Amino acid sequence: MINNFRKNFKGAAIEGVTLFSALLIIAIVFVMFIVIFIGGKSQLSWEFLTSFPTEGMTKGGIFPAIYGTALLVIIMSIAAVPFGTITAIYLTEYAKENSIIAKTIRFAVRTLAVIPSIIYGLFGLGFFIKFVGTHVDNALYGGTLHWGQPNLLWASLTMALLTLPVVIVSVEEALKTVPQELRAASLALGATKWQTIYKVVLPGSVSGIMTGTILAVSRGAGEVAPILFTGAAYYLATLPGLGDQFMVLGYHIYVLTTQSANVDQTLPIQFGTTCVLLMLTFVLNMSAVILRYRIRKKKNN
Amino acid sequence: MSENKIHTENMFLYYSEKMALNNISITIPEKKVTAFIGPSGCGKSTFLRSLNRMNDLIDGVKIEGKVMIDGVNIYDKNIDVVNLRKKVGMVFQKSNPFAKSIYENIAYGPKINGVNDKSHLDEIVETALKNAAIWEEVKDRLGDSALGLSGGQQQRLCIARTLAVNPEIVLMDEPASALDPLSTAKIEELIVQLKEKYTIVIVTHNMQQAARISDNTAFFYLGELIEHDKTKKIFTNPDKKQTEDYITGRFG
Repeated sequence: MINNFRKNFKGAAIEGVTLFSALLIIAIVFVMFIVIFIGGKSQLSWEFLTSFPTEGMTKGGIFPAIYGTALLVIIMSIAAVPFGTITAIYLTEYAKENSIIAKTIRFAVRTLAVIPSIIYGLFGLGFFIKFVGTHVDNALYGGTLHWGQPNLLWASLTMALLTLPVVIVSVEEALKTVPQELRAASLALGATKWQTIYKVVLPGSVSGIMTGTILAVSRGAGEVAPILFTGAAYYLATLPGLGDQFMVLGYHIYVLTTQSANVDQTLPIQFGTTCVLLMLTFVLNMSAVILRYRIRKKKNN
Repeated sequence: MSENKIHTENMFLYYSEKMALNNISITIPEKKVTAFIGPSGCGKSTFLRSLNRMNDLIDGVKIEGKVMIDGVNIYDKNIDVVNLRKKVGMVFQKSNPFAKSIYENIAYGPKINGVNDKSHLDEIVETALKNAAIWEEVKDRLGDSALGLSGGQQQRLCIARTLAVNPEIVLMDEPASALDPLSTAKIEELIVQLKEKYTIVIVTHNMQQAARISDNTAFFYLGELIEHDKTKKIFTNPDKKQTEDYITGRFG
């Protein structure tokens, strides 16, 4: 009798502990959102989103950071999406499943995905700025500094490297949902392999490519480490071009919280900026989830 | 034109090390329906797919011997597989229309072959659909998705798609096995009509079907061609005991 009670108690206790840790996750997300939203909501206004910081960044808006983030993810996508898609096409359409080269590429992709983002930053600094940039300057500008310094282009390309695995994996997944029979049908009609890929396989995986792009953008929009050394700026009075440094949401939060002359005064702006960044990544991720759900549904039909 | 459209001599096919076709020598006449019958795994589909080199898509397939079409060995090094497949079309077991409109499904083949003129394409599409006996059913909704058609219609659409590239030979891999009796009857009727213009080679599990529609029948068993003759002869008075056992349902 007592033994039984103990057993039951133990069972219930274990279930309780597991349930508690699971609920804790919900609580953490909930609290995070509530705190950030309550703190930031008074800041959120058209004015905040569209004006420059003023008075030593203790007042005003965050427009240059939004602008910089947008440019960053656009240039990053222009680099990462075609490159990633082409790689995924090679892996699914050309490489033999178990060939050494396919295995090596997949291993490299997985490795890229787990490299800490700060290392991407260092790589970008060493490769794009010090190596490529300096050589471009020596060749085109007789050694005067133009491209051998942090700027939007190098930061975007560094970010593209970081997001490449996300694109490759999503596109690969999408290409695999196109049935083999359709490839066979196309080839049997006398289409070449490339015509088959271009006219049958790619149109059938557009939503997967979109998903990959969105996931990459949402990852890129939130990362700070890769752009620390490659282009992010503390404050700029003008909007950047390709060869300029730029402001960006994630780094702006860091700047406001640690580098500001008066951290307490910037608190509402910190909350507001965080709120904007969070909503941006949240919306992007949600749309990726919805797209992916649609692809799965299509696959199961 | 030659009476022997397709001709193989001492042809062997291996999947990696495993022999799947053992010394196949056969002559298939032009503008006739030739049926391949035999139990599952006997090699009849594998043989069919080697006639337009669809087996090239599978890793580790090796072919020895001669596979001649119009007197040319299609496994010669200088053969362009893309051109071969335009000449030797294929209809698959499971209907596989593209996720495009009915019109675009048919126009796909001609377009990749460089036909871009709209009125010419319209003409090709109409002729192909008429030849596949589906024009009346779809002529008012050519812009609709092909995926909205019934299974039997989809399969006739796939036949029309194959005809649109103007092949000389049409290979059919159990084209009616997934269809209801009514749709099957339509496909069979169509096949008999098509032999006026095309050389048809059809793989089928259904012996009655082979008896109904084919002029010649080849019986495959365990990767070997056991017997090949007029369909009437195969079904009434076969030379080989194995053929007779299969025809009468003693195995398979």
